[in-house]
Amino acid sequence: MAGAGDQINRADPPTDRKRGIGRRRFLTFAIAAPTLAVGGYVGYDATDAQALPSLPQPADLLDLGDVITLASRPTAWTMALRVEEDGTVVFELPRAESGQGITTAVAMLIAEELDAKLSDVRVELADATPSLLWNQFTGGSTSMRTLWEPVRQIAAAARGRLVTAAAKRWGVEASVLVTRDSAVVAADGRTLTFAELAVEAATTTSAPVTALPKDAKNYKLVGQPTGRVDARDIVTGKAKYTMDVEVEGALATVVARPPTIRGTVVSVDDTAARAMRGVVAVTRIDTGVAVSATSFDIALKARDALKITWKDGPAVGLSDSTIKNKLRSAVAPLVVPGLLSSALDAEFDFAFVPHAPMEVLGAVADVRSDRAEVWFPCQSPIVAQNEIARAVGLPVDQVTVHVSRAGGSFGRRLFWDPALEAAVVSKKIGKPVRLMWTRADDTKHGRLRPASHHKIRATHMLGDVQAFEHRMAAVETDLEHGFGEIISASGAAVSGPADGSLFFQLSATCPYNFGVVTQLLSEVPMPLPTGSWRSVYSANLRTAEEIVVDELAAKLGRDPVKFRTQMLKSARVKAVLAKVAAEGQWGKAMPAGHAQGVGVHEEYRSATACLVEIDARDPKAPRVTRATIAVDVGLPVNPTGLKAQMMGGLMDAISTILQAGVHIDDGRVRESSYGDFQYARQKHAPIKLDVFVMPPSGRPGGAGELGVPAAAAAVANAYARATRTRPRSFPINF
Amino acid sequence: MPTYRFFVNGEHVAVDVAADTPLLWVLRDHLGITGPKYGCGVGVCKACTSHMDGAAVTPCTVPVSQCQGRKITTIEGLADGDDLHPVQEAWITDDVAQCGFCQPGQIMAAAALLKKTKTPTDAEIDAIENVCRCGTYCRIRDAIKRAAAAM
Repeated sequence: MAGAGDQINRADPPTDRKRGIGRRRFLTFAIAAPTLAVGGYVGYDATDAQALPSLPQPADLLDLGDVITLASRPTAWTMALRVEEDGTVVFELPRAESGQGITTAVAMLIAEELDAKLSDVRVELADATPSLLWNQFTGGSTSMRTLWEPVRQIAAAARGRLVTAAAKRWGVEASVLVTRDSAVVAADGRTLTFAELAVEAATTTSAPVTALPKDAKNYKLVGQPTGRVDARDIVTGKAKYTMDVEVEGALATVVARPPTIRGTVVSVDDTAARAMRGVVAVTRIDTGVAVSATSFDIALKARDALKITWKDGPAVGLSDSTIKNKLRSAVAPLVVPGLLSSALDAEFDFAFVPHAPMEVLGAVADVRSDRAEVWFPCQSPIVAQNEIARAVGLPVDQVTVHVSRAGGSFGRRLFWDPALEAAVVSKKIGKPVRLMWTRADDTKHGRLRPASHHKIRATHMLGDVQAFEHRMAAVETDLEHGFGEIISASGAAVSGPADGSLFFQLSATCPYNFGVVTQLLSEVPMPLPTGSWRSVYSANLRTAEEIVVDELAAKLGRDPVKFRTQMLKSARVKAVLAKVAAEGQWGKAMPAGHAQGVGVHEEYRSATACLVEIDARDPKAPRVTRATIAVDVGLPVNPTGLKAQMMGGLMDAISTILQAGVHIDDGRVRESSYGDFQYARQKHAPIKLDVFVMPPSGRPGGAGELGVPAAAAAVANAYARATRTRPRSFPINF
Repeated sequence: MPTYRFFVNGEHVAVDVAADTPLLWVLRDHLGITGPKYGCGVGVCKACTSHMDGAAVTPCTVPVSQCQGRKITTIEGLADGDDLHPVQEAWITDDVAQCGFCQPGQIMAAAALLKKTKTPTDAEIDAIENVCRCGTYCRIRDAIKRAAAAM
């Protein structure tokens, strides 16, 4: 990994950061690529003669998912599966469920290994469990990658005990027994259900039969399209989200927040609010003024009756244009000289995007003098538990964090801000509260996918690409949700501090043989709330690159699909590209104002390609009319869930490329709800979508974030071809 | 404060709240009916979509004073006991939901559309403005067509 992890141009650490503890720096460059190209490399299939091979990049060899898997492994065996006396198999899953379908996929793994009926398996979300350490973190599309081995082995071990218990009961050899439909079956047809064996299996002292997970060729359920285990609860309105949790006496609580980002309270006159019937408490907290009442309608009215004088937040003075200029001046310099004939230069800007999950942020908290209980959806509950304990002055083991199902996340619930607020208010007023952010709170004070600026230079000669340089500058992404601790726990031989540069190095790759490939990230700290947003750096990084690939192909007089096929490193990416080109009828005649566009992406040990058709006759109101996606995740545990993830990635792509983002005006977010943050609606979704899941080819890779970059690139490329423009700033209609 | 009397999911209810109290909070906080979700409070995300006398409304923008004597149906009241509404059945068959938070509203919007027209066109389906942040729109379209065929 010559040159990998090189850090250049590093400024001194700032001292004024609240929680930076010296790990942050003002400006860093991480080189996510070898600095030199050499003639030979390993790990890829042979390439076409013309393409100049590029060395494997760091993330090709050790990616973020590998690191998280390493960190989670030491405690993987402390996860618990139990068979109850009624035969229900219960597994406490140390992950968040935010719609990605991990509870269904894990239930499938357990049912498969146990030969239990899927309906007998119940997957619950585990409370924050400090002993699990970094095996209770949901992020980086790693859940199936980290759980695949241990969950199957735990279930196989449980099956071994059930079979052993049956063998003892019947006085037969365990090896002649089989399991099916939640029962152990003897050769003569006798059966004992798991329910009948649960107690004996738990207490059996004889050694259980050897229990190795099944060979993949014997799978009956894993790999089969399977509906969500909670589908009926959802469609009948029974599914409980945080604000639906019943906690006796919990007061409806909302927070009056400042007009500027991170503004602070100077003074508050709460006379009118307190006089309202049903208002129980008005509490000043760090982020504003909380009003607690017997119901939300009263709390909201009382909030509006508060008279508050605010002090401007630290972002006042910052607007889109000033931010863009800061980013432009922060990009690292290009190295290869830009000669007119052989260089293709392009610069791109991407706007801020909020996570905007459908379920607004919220938490229920009941803080007493000696203990606390908190309910909220959380991707990093152990870190959250520590922070909550610190905020309310209790020992960590006296703070119970219940992880509730999330109404969407997209990275937002890596942070626990509403839980901190709820806990502090509950402690101050001595009563349980259910604290909810309004949609305007979420839009104006939520975290943002950082705006970014990109400078790319592709240098080519005689049809080859000799060098591909990508310089990205982005507002610093807040990764203080346990990322650094995971890196430490993994013991991974990674260089440099655990910050955005390292994250970038562990995730950024360019899938092409473009000679000397360098991808550099410059992060610029700004006093704005940021956070990892589905696919983190990759969405903007790879979209910009795929646009340049299309423009390179055009400059070289090559077809975009054929050009990619020639230049791609891996057989997997070539295969998914070939699949969408065939199924999506690449190259077919399109009417004026319509066009096709493609994009590919490889990350999380998975690969995908997307081909879209767009109707951009009205460039201000384009519509993606058809999309074809192919996806290779190594082993698709639940193809239905996988297809859903790809569809979701496509909608994120349509939204963020064409129409959805937020503006910063003098330290304030301009938008306030889905009324002006234009996330896609039904009328923006393609009428025809086909997702092709490639046959199993190995272990499961990640899926949740995979779909965004390729689809975003495809949409941008289709728009460019349809309108004969070169889009450089996203979203295009903003 | 006046008492407002109306029907929710076939049951007669009476609530003693201010006239401008949004129906959403009457349902959720005063009556304990949590199927309709808060997503924006201003009628744009439509996560709370329910029916008033059979037509789709967003309870977050309907003051309780407008509900006097009306019949409100929430997601909890759409099925006939254990027999799901064809839209709910189609939602399960097509595995529409991801996080599920917007789906009660999506289902109620679809059911209201199918009450108006037996064979909705793509343009009519496009006119449903309920936000799904997970992006389940293609499956929603499939499920509406499936339910229409079943009805």
